Amino acid sequence: MAEPRPVLEMTGIVKEFPGVRALSGVDFRLFPGEIHALLGENGAGKSTLIKVLTGVHSLDGGTITLDGQSVRFASPLQAQQAGISTVYQEVNLCPNLSVAENIFIGREPTRAGRIQWKQLRRKAAELVDRLGLDIDVTAPLSSYPLAVQQLVAIVRSVGTGDSVAEGSGTKVLILDEPTSSLDRDEVLELFALMRRLKEQGVAILFVSHFLDQIYEVCDRMTVLRNGTLVGEHMVSDLDQVGLVQLMIGKALDQLEELHDHQLHSGVGEPLLQADGLGRTGGIAPFDLEIKKGEVIGLAGLLGSGRTELARLLFGADQPDSGKVTIGGKQVSMSAPNDAIAAGVAFCSENRKTEGLVPDLTVRENIILALQAARGWTRPIPVSQRDELVAKYIKALDIRPANPEARVGQLSGGNQQKVLLARWLITQPKLLILDEPTRGIDIGAKAEIQKLVVSLSEDGMSVLYIAAELEEVLRLSHTIGVLRDRRLVAQIANGPEITTSRILETIASGEHQ
Amino acid sequence: MTTTSRWRALTHHQLFWPVAVLVVLLLVNIPFTPDFFSIRMSDGHLYGSLVSIVLFGSPLILVAVGMTLVIATGGIDLSVGAVVAIAGALACSYMSGQADQNALSGVLLAMGLALLAALVCGLWNGFLVARMGIQPIIATLIIMVAGRGVAQLITDGQIITVNSEPYKLIGGGYWLTLPFSIFVVAVVVAVTVALTRRTALGLLVESVGGNAEASRLVGIRSRRIKIMVYVFCALCAGIAGLMISSNTSAADGNNAGLWIELDAILAVVIGGTSLLGGRFSIGGTVVGALVIQTLTTTIYTIGVPTQTNLVFKAVVVIVVCLLQSPKFRAKVFGTKGRGRATGPAETAAVAEAAPKMEVSR
Ligand SMILES: Nc1ncnc2c1ncn2[C@@H]1O[C@H](COP(=O)(O)OP(=O)(O)OP(=O)(O)O)[C@@H](O)[C@H]1O
Ligand SMILES: [Mg+2]
Repeated sequence: MAEPRPVLEMTGIVKEFPGVRALSGVDFRLFPGEIHALLGENGAGKSTLIKVLTGVHSLDGGTITLDGQSVRFASPLQAQQAGISTVYQEVNLCPNLSVAENIFIGREPTRAGRIQWKQLRRKAAELVDRLGLDIDVTAPLSSYPLAVQQLVAIVRSVGTGDSVAEGSGTKVLILDEPTSSLDRDEVLELFALMRRLKEQGVAILFVSHFLDQIYEVCDRMTVLRNGTLVGEHMVSDLDQVGLVQLMIGKALDQLEELHDHQLHSGVGEPLLQADGLGRTGGIAPFDLEIKKGEVIGLAGLLGSGRTELARLLFGADQPDSGKVTIGGKQVSMSAPNDAIAAGVAFCSENRKTEGLVPDLTVRENIILALQAARGWTRPIPVSQRDELVAKYIKALDIRPANPEARVGQLSGGNQQKVLLARWLITQPKLLILDEPTRGIDIGAKAEIQKLVVSLSEDGMSVLYIAAELEEVLRLSHTIGVLRDRRLVAQIANGPEITTSRILETIASGEHQ
Repeated sequence: MTTTSRWRALTHHQLFWPVAVLVVLLLVNIPFTPDFFSIRMSDGHLYGSLVSIVLFGSPLILVAVGMTLVIATGGIDLSVGAVVAIAGALACSYMSGQADQNALSGVLLAMGLALLAALVCGLWNGFLVARMGIQPIIATLIIMVAGRGVAQLITDGQIITVNSEPYKLIGGGYWLTLPFSIFVVAVVVAVTVALTRRTALGLLVESVGGNAEASRLVGIRSRRIKIMVYVFCALCAGIAGLMISSNTSAADGNNAGLWIELDAILAVVIGGTSLLGGRFSIGGTVVGALVIQTLTTTIYTIGVPTQTNLVFKAVVVIVVCLLQSPKFRAKVFGTKGRGRATGPAETAAVAEAAPKMEVSR
């Protein structure tokens, strides 16, 4: 079979950052009408390849041809005008504009120079609806969880697949970890959309750390390791084991370990007790008890209130009913400080806006929570600080292992690890993890899950939220099921509990 | 390490461009004032252009240092000029009412009163910004406008002159052959550096300015920190106000510290602190303030016609700001990226992006 001509070809791509060679001589090609996976560990250079292609970063070497013509984009706008639509890894929208405005910003429907607001809202509602999202497009974007924001970014860049036919001119669609915070249903919607576009001849570049997803939608894959190309294969020619081996350069066996369901040690006396805690518009009043050393996993669909529940337990939002007692003492929960003082830590799902301070270094970001708890007058002694930071950089394998590196310059997965390190270092009694493995590669993900298990064995309680139900099921003693912003069931985990049992509960809203 | 990489490390140091500009500005003066760099001793005091730049630049340095912390939290303080005027007016009007203006206790009391007023102004600003959540530019505009009125009320619309030896010392006196204000500035700068870098205050300030929501969720009491920096900034302005009125032995509610807020903001920016907040550099601000003061001096020495004064100043400021933009440097000098390329979202913070690592290649 004669291969068609690639729509995009990159050869010998080199990109250097101070002290880091992010890409050294990478070749990459993309054919029309294919879904092409770009794979590699955290920091392998996937996002960087996308950014040099689309003109976010300048190129230090190599050539790019689009449709047979040599190109070099000076800005993302140019790339877009040439037909490359990109959804970057970190959602880049305007949180205080409405969903509709975000979708159409810069290309609002106008008549006689005036924006047709009604039409804009209607169109936006249609677009969102086709993706199976039930949201109010006139509400500000920031009022929705990250997953919705991610979908809005996707809708913004491609419409729903029909607009391409109408001549938006997209030849190449790039999705950098679009599924990292989506639930199964949204993933399926997204895949359907990707397939529609593929049929229309759009070439799609897809980045994900979920290997199952790769095997589900992709035709071809390119694997990077440490900024070099290690291979391009048809998905059908390489199985998962072979792929993982390519990605990390050695066989991965610890993964299997976790799969044999480790239900660990028992739990201790009650630690936290929430009575009728609730917030209008957030989550209906709920009762929840968390014991010492217990891992509680939260399951539910997008928008079911998992994050809202977690935020209430941390005082990130103020509850308007109920009370919380921790270790027998009532805690006011009027601000995160109160919860932190009582030994609660909260690792937000949204590391960019609610987590990291991009301008500060890895070290500064890691010690921030601990330092805030000590107050400004008592800096952590330098030697102790450096020791702690080095310990956690090593334990979580943060790369580059340079405490002086600016966090904003780390790859997405490594930023996530910094956020984890920040809270681990405070040795909380209750650790709330909202999507802690978002954007983390397969090896590190197993490491983090093992870490949760061992923390719980050491007596730390964990509230664990993850889009992947298997992940929740694997780690939790108890599974809290949420539906329509209500905690509908709390199920003790056991051999008879399966993902389908949980899904049933989510669907029916009750637990038999 | 090769010389080129050493050179790169040097040019990427955050103070490189501000210092380079300062040096160039100083050198420009030589053809016009050949003895620009000479320092003479007379009456046991040092005199010379360099000494006067520091002397006349002192109030600006003080105000700019306070402004740096405010800007680092993502705020801005437009009221410093008015606070300068209030502090001077209060001190002078109190002293002018004293029988013996040379009495140390009276002078100290006058200064204490002035600083107390500055503190109140700072608390007010901090309260509006941190407690009421008012945009800093608006919140501080209130005292910027009303404060001058207050200063004029205090002075009764007159220029109050005083004749006090001890008071004269702060802004116009000499100590150990040097202008006394240099010592005041040195102490304030040292205290600020110690306060921010020896404790965790600097880190927390940078965190609040770098990502306010993340800082809240990490448990930083950002309200307290914001109030602290506004108070600190106002105190710095208060000291500057004492200095200015002491130098002229007069309080002018109308003109003391006029537009100093703009010069201070410029100095902070030239020093490499982003107006968006986050990373700050006290050293950079001091250099930035010296650049502004040197510029003002230069305008006089090279005889720029007074009408074009401000235009000339603006041009230099634009050049300095452009020089600090890595994008601009890459375009003009062709040092294409070489690692300094930053994403569009990051360009705002580029002044701080200077890598601390050394690159050996
Ligand atoms: N702006 C930057 N400045 C300096 N170094 C950078 C910058 N951006 C990326 N890097 C470095 O380049 C390397 C590749 O990062 P990149 O973001 O491409 O990884 P990635 O493959 O997308 O990883 P992830 O799966 O974690 O998203 C990393 O070592 C990272 O630290
Ligand atoms: Mg990435």
